[in-house]
Amino acid sequence: MLLIPCPNCGPRDETEFHYGGQAHVPYPENPNELSDTEWSRYLFYRSNTKGTFAERWVHSTGCRQWFNMLRDTVSYDIQAIYPMGAPRPDRAGTTGAESGTASLAADSTTTGTAAPDISGTSISSATTAAPEGATK
Amino acid sequence: MAETAASPTPAKTPVDKDLAVRTSPAEVLRDAFAAGSLAGTVEISELPFLTMVGIRAAAGSDAAQRIAAVTGGLPAGSGAVAGSGDTSVLWLGPAEFLVVAPTEAHESLGGGLIQALRDALGGDSGQVVDLSANRTTFELTGPQARSVLEKGCSLDLHPRVFKPGTAYSTEIGNIPALLWKTGEESFRVFPRASFAEFLGRWLLDGMREYASPEVP
Repeated sequence: MLLIPCPNCGPRDETEFHYGGQAHVPYPENPNELSDTEWSRYLFYRSNTKGTFAERWVHSTGCRQWFNMLRDTVSYDIQAIYPMGAPRPDRAGTTGAESGTASLAADSTTTGTAAPDISGTSISSATTAAPEGATK
Repeated sequence: MAETAASPTPAKTPVDKDLAVRTSPAEVLRDAFAAGSLAGTVEISELPFLTMVGIRAAAGSDAAQRIAAVTGGLPAGSGAVAGSGDTSVLWLGPAEFLVVAPTEAHESLGGGLIQALRDALGGDSGQVVDLSANRTTFELTGPQARSVLEKGCSLDLHPRVFKPGTAYSTEIGNIPALLWKTGEESFRVFPRASFAEFLGRWLLDGMREYASPEVP
């Protein structure tokens, strides 16, 4: 059981929250101009990070507000809580395992400036930063 | 039907008549609550048909200030309860509040609270919604009330942390509910109507051990 520090309510049990998936996935500015492949990449492809991961949570049985969280997917260590719309906090000393689409895009809830960055979801980009034990 | 005919006090005033035909969400547990309560240890009862109004207004806005003037203040943060007299305002979120008032405050019984809140909001962005039928109210009192709640609630309910006059939106018995500590040994629990019977039976189950002599 995680003890999640809600920015409004303080620490609460994980069961009071719902998970919102990867944070900082900008909505495409012109969805109609995307190919089916690009659109499906935006809809369904998310990074499967080993290490620090930016994700969205909602305190569904408490204040019902969304927030972003930096969490280590290995140790479950919660490293930062920050509001929706805020950029991902710069974490010095984090491992190089994060190569996903959790970009520094300013806001996951507003329109992005371009087509989604899907590089992190392709297999080839993971060559240099693949975590130990990752499938080749 | 037979119960209605045998009712010892026939309805007289419009208020009584209105309430006599209504069935509260935990009506089926009334006898079980009476049987499961232990005077001086832990007692449970339903307070049916309290007037509840959901408020949405951005903190600090003009509408919020006008609504605060009607209710006697709006709570500032998590856990806070504001209000004046028998009208209380519970904090649900940064811009979301729940007004709890006696049954008579409802407009179907001639009360003016909800209309006053609607007038206070006016045309501004926000919400004033009658939620009286959304939740019911359990009152849990007695020295063991905290122990009963602790079986199903992960909040720190120790009086050192959880003071009278605070209310939290949390989970009790794995269902979402509001928990309001109204006194040193009295709590109000607000489950949604559809969860009322479940939570009532959960609390009764948690109270059962106190009916038996303590095992040394």
